Amino acid sequence: MNSTVAAKNGDYTIPKLHYINAAKGLKSWLTTVDHKRIAILYLISVTIAFFLGGIFALLIRLELFKPGEQFYGPDLYNQFFTLHGAIMIFLFIIPSAPAVFGNFVLPLQIGAIDVAFPKLNLASWYLYVIGASFAVYSMLTSAIDTGWTFYTPYSTSTSTAVISMTFGVFILGFSSIFTGMNFIVTVHRLRAPGLTWFKLPLMTWALYATAIIQVLATPVLAITLLLLILEKAFGIGIFDPAMGGDPVLFQHFFWFYSHPAVYIMILPGMGVISDLIACFSRRNIFGYKFIAFSSLAIAFLGFLVWGHHMYTSGQSELSSVIFSFLTFMVAIPSAIKVFNWTTTMYKGSISLETPMLYAMAFIFLFAIGGLTGITLGALSVDIHLHDTYYVVAHFHYVMIGGAVIAFLGGIHFWWPKMFGRMYNNFWSVVAFVFVFVGFNLTFMTQFFLGSKGMPRRYHDYLPEFAQLNGFSSVGALIQGIGYTIILINMIVSLKRGKPAGPNPWGARTLEWEHTTSPPDEHNFDGVPAITHDPYDFRAPK
Amino acid sequence: MPPAASTYAGDVDALYYFILYISIFFFTLIVGAMIYFAIRYRRKKGETEAPDGPTHNTFLETTWIVVPVIIVIIIFFWGFRGYMIMSVVPANAMEIKVTGQKWFWTFSYPDGQMTTNELVVEVGKPVKLLMSSKDVIHSMFIPAFRLKRDVLPNRYSITWFEATQIGDYHLFCAEYCGTSHSKMIGTVKVRSSSDFAEWLESLDSAGEGVTPAEYGEKLFTSRACITCHHVDGTVGTGPDLQGIFGHEVELTDGTKVTADENYIRESILDPISKVVVGYQPVMPTFQGILKEKEVDALIAYVKSLGGKDE
Repeated sequence: MNSTVAAKNGDYTIPKLHYINAAKGLKSWLTTVDHKRIAILYLISVTIAFFLGGIFALLIRLELFKPGEQFYGPDLYNQFFTLHGAIMIFLFIIPSAPAVFGNFVLPLQIGAIDVAFPKLNLASWYLYVIGASFAVYSMLTSAIDTGWTFYTPYSTSTSTAVISMTFGVFILGFSSIFTGMNFIVTVHRLRAPGLTWFKLPLMTWALYATAIIQVLATPVLAITLLLLILEKAFGIGIFDPAMGGDPVLFQHFFWFYSHPAVYIMILPGMGVISDLIACFSRRNIFGYKFIAFSSLAIAFLGFLVWGHHMYTSGQSELSSVIFSFLTFMVAIPSAIKVFNWTTTMYKGSISLETPMLYAMAFIFLFAIGGLTGITLGALSVDIHLHDTYYVVAHFHYVMIGGAVIAFLGGIHFWWPKMFGRMYNNFWSVVAFVFVFVGFNLTFMTQFFLGSKGMPRRYHDYLPEFAQLNGFSSVGALIQGIGYTIILINMIVSLKRGKPAGPNPWGARTLEWEHTTSPPDEHNFDGVPAITHDPYDFRAPK
Repeated sequence: MPPAASTYAGDVDALYYFILYISIFFFTLIVGAMIYFAIRYRRKKGETEAPDGPTHNTFLETTWIVVPVIIVIIIFFWGFRGYMIMSVVPANAMEIKVTGQKWFWTFSYPDGQMTTNELVVEVGKPVKLLMSSKDVIHSMFIPAFRLKRDVLPNRYSITWFEATQIGDYHLFCAEYCGTSHSKMIGTVKVRSSSDFAEWLESLDSAGEGVTPAEYGEKLFTSRACITCHHVDGTVGTGPDLQGIFGHEVELTDGTKVTADENYIRESILDPISKVVVGYQPVMPTFQGILKEKEVDALIAYVKSLGGKDE
């Protein structure tokens, strides 16, 4: 890469020609088939979705700041929590790490020029945009008040925009399926010569396991939502007992997708953390194969535990018992990963850069999310805690404490690779503190609320829950400030950040050692030679 | 955890705290080690690589698989045992029929008595709840008893409890059911044997010794009218009833009707037929829930809230 100097600051320069300026104009972005540019398109889309969903979260916490009706009535509240959930799940978390990092990082990590099907990749993004448009359309017209779970017969009987919303999610599902398919083929077919399976970075393993779930589970969601639309539009009785259907059948279908979907959200995060911990500890990852295979074990076992959402639903007692047992089994591979990450730090050379702070926060928060999952897996205890704020707190510890924190860690890690410039370190640490403190204040309180018996999806609550709800709302505001600082810091860095150089963190995977920052349009200068393992920090440079 | 007031609540709490303490132990171990390593092995100035360390340790890795497996299997069996106790209804339990609908609970006692949002039971006697829903899915949740069970429209769901402590406890709907989901709250009143018998008697003589309007005011709360209808000039899910009596109201089909005794009676027993403009047709019928004298008392109460009395 002998390009002439375009911008100079400090020791490094930005290469004159790279994927961002390889073609100019909006049209070149909207018709691009470059995996890196598609990743940027996704990054912009999911960021908009995240802040939109976040506004609804703040509106919810605003109303719940005090008992009684504060600012708006129950019907609006029901729409707000539905939109918060649906936007965050379907428009943000599911596409976030797989689509952004999967697109940007995966081909670079395996030494490929692009994904296997570049045009299909662009089509996936357009499907995402079309699906998102349906969701926004439903939001602006008659809204929707079913909760993101669309439980029947409530969803069949409500007058809100269930059909357009579920149709939007149906389309989003196809975006997810195509992305998954693309990545599976990419990992199988496009690895650089000599890059065998056990030389793959664990991020790649995690994205591969995620892709398998996306392809196998998402069609079930598509079928379920299609049946729901048929029932609502044409009165074909499938789930609504008034038409001879069975509402519990819907719950089985829905969770058959939505539980594995939890792993679509968290597995890429686990991959990010594996790469981060190794890099900032300068240590070869402890138990590489255990981490790699535990990703696959999670992907497999994740399909067999959907019934743990339904202990109180009226499914047979025997089903509940079996699902409880399998739920405990799926906890084991996650525990293995946590132990491995911690041990990797032993005798390391640890540098507490911002991405590492996120990685450590992930272990802290995901441990809480996982351990409270054990509490919920226990049958008799779950009967009390089901559908209370304990569950709300638990899944936010996994979804934010796990998936979002890992996503932010990954963004802070790969940002210099994506754009060639460093963000301001001081503000990134300040934002981290806001997010970490705000998050714990918001959701730790909710564990107490839930165990005391406050049900979820309540517009109003009894006075005895007032104090903890107040704290929780303050926490949400602090978190919101944190995310906003991150956004501003990142945008400012695009213009003002110092050129980062090809490998600011001293990582050993291909995307750092063999590409410029930002990478060239065609990624590598020739086919990269595989000379060492992905986390071998002692190999000659 | 809230106060424990049923026979199986103690076992649930014991398991909850068992898991909590184990969790705190492992959390401290993991996070403690992580923070210790981050300080102890913090990169020194000029250090470029870490000293060679282990990447594999069979003993350690086997231990941290086997130990958690054993612990979760213990937790599984403990939770399983508690769940079986909750699932098997004792043969001598008193059966109470529960109906959930938007947005109140109705309880039918064996001798035909009916209450709304108020479940009165005898301490130390097992009670079986035979539950169904008239519309969407609801969920019976009594935190003090550690009891929760979804209530479905197409089948009966069954659960039971035996209260151990006299007192009043909350009863929530835990499955999202629409506008007034968070108002679908009742009270469980656990009473001594003699108080319970006395209460059953009092149901027959309810409304005696007070004026119909006073009785109606009580019913307005106890029969859950107040969940949707306010009487203080504010907007609820249903129309405000203050000063409504004798006035003309506009219906959704554009016609007008006078809110007299007959209209109020019809609105209680067949609410969907004439809905006031601006409101959704969501009110359930109270046919079969309210007795004749209770309907009379409610009409008298609405009259007492002001309006033109001819």
